[in-house]
Amino acid sequence: MQLSTRHLLGIKELTPRDIQLILSTAKQFKEVLQRPIKKVPSLRDTTIVNLFYENSTRTRISFELAEKRLSADTVNFSASGSSVSKGESLLDTVNNILSMKVDMVVMRHSASGAPHFLAKHIPAAIINAGDGINEHPTQALLDAFSIQERLGNLEGKKVALIGDIMHSRVALSNIYLLKKMGAEVMVAGPPTLIPKYIAEAFDVKVEYNVKNALQWCDVANVLRIQLERQNQVLFSSLREYNLAYGITRKLLDSVNKEVVIMHPGPINRGVEIDSDVANSSESIILQQVENGVAVRMAVLYLLAGKES
Amino acid sequence: MTTYLDKQQLYSTIQSLATQLIEKHGDFKDTVIIGLQTGGVYVADKIVEQLRHKLDAEIKYGKLDITFYRDDIHKELHVANHTEIPFSLEDKNVILVDDVIYTGRTIRAALNALSDFGRASKVELCVLIDRKFSRELPIQPDYCGKAIESIINQKVKVEWDKEEVILY
Repeated sequence: MQLSTRHLLGIKELTPRDIQLILSTAKQFKEVLQRPIKKVPSLRDTTIVNLFYENSTRTRISFELAEKRLSADTVNFSASGSSVSKGESLLDTVNNILSMKVDMVVMRHSASGAPHFLAKHIPAAIINAGDGINEHPTQALLDAFSIQERLGNLEGKKVALIGDIMHSRVALSNIYLLKKMGAEVMVAGPPTLIPKYIAEAFDVKVEYNVKNALQWCDVANVLRIQLERQNQVLFSSLREYNLAYGITRKLLDSVNKEVVIMHPGPINRGVEIDSDVANSSESIILQQVENGVAVRMAVLYLLAGKES
Repeated sequence: MTTYLDKQQLYSTIQSLATQLIEKHGDFKDTVIIGLQTGGVYVADKIVEQLRHKLDAEIKYGKLDITFYRDDIHKELHVANHTEIPFSLEDKNVILVDDVIYTGRTIRAALNALSDFGRASKVELCVLIDRKFSRELPIQPDYCGKAIESIINQKVKVEWDKEEVILY
């Protein structure tokens, strides 16, 4: 009973069986998180480095908590304030850290493929916490866990990913996972933010009208509009984006059915989603965050056991 | 493969364990039963049924999975089952129930797990089968259905669907 891979580089490399195993193990860890002592000794002989070359709140704290709850020793690395500013290369940085007998690396980097590169050169197990615009596998796993918790089995469920699909590693990981688990996937948003051949490449539906997307789906996973991109001629302004594509209370009420609302965070209130929707009973945004710790505990536990 | 206990003998062994528990713990006001996943839960289910029937009272019963307390995760990963202990163990007498005690490592893990749920005033061990002389730790049952002085190569299995205990 093991994962088919040594690392978690992406959902692309996982089998449906691997995904089932991670989700069912996460369920048991969620129970551990309700106990008075939220700790198990499983990884007490393991040292894990959190190598974050990019900013993060949720993911970093979530991984750190997951590691501590498994009784592992954790070391945090952030690029600012390190020798990266002196020009030290990625490989040198990691090899130096590994020489201090660190067993696993959790890594976030702005270059797509960085963890794959590392996996070829170092013996430690690697978990991708987000690489460029490639994948963010643990986010997709906790999204899947949250959908299952709220709506049951993923098979046949209709999931709409709404927003900046083009630049979203959360979208890609979600598409891979949902398709592997038999869900139906739609990507929705302005045409400038949806890759041209995505329908053929991944067998997903494409929708440029958000109301239609909400009418169709059981779950809407709303993606962040990256504020940096408002000057890149991809959409006219944040206000116009909100008017045409924002998930507002008025829009949700107009579809006259229950749609579960998700968001990976951080939220730009008033842009891709309004506060009253984010805070509503249809939203499982905070449950996603809670589930993130349990899902990451499952991933760490299943990969640590694989050490040769 | 031989049948060690048939259905009749299995149930009378369970009856005898329930009787021993009542002799020691009376009305079970301050005593709780914890069954270990997965074999111990089957035994505990049957014992608790007997206790509820004989005492005509509510018995506090929880299930504990010790997968995350094992010390061998680098050798083999096991599937975790549910843990459900919906009451406090503080100041309670805990009776840990398992089907077979062999090396004692499962019970060691269970004791570690239990201490994370609170400070029990006492913990006792109740097993259906004791494989004597196979221990790797100094742990012995307080209540025992049957003791087998088996050789290391023989395995004991409780077949709950057939309701019998076999040696193979």
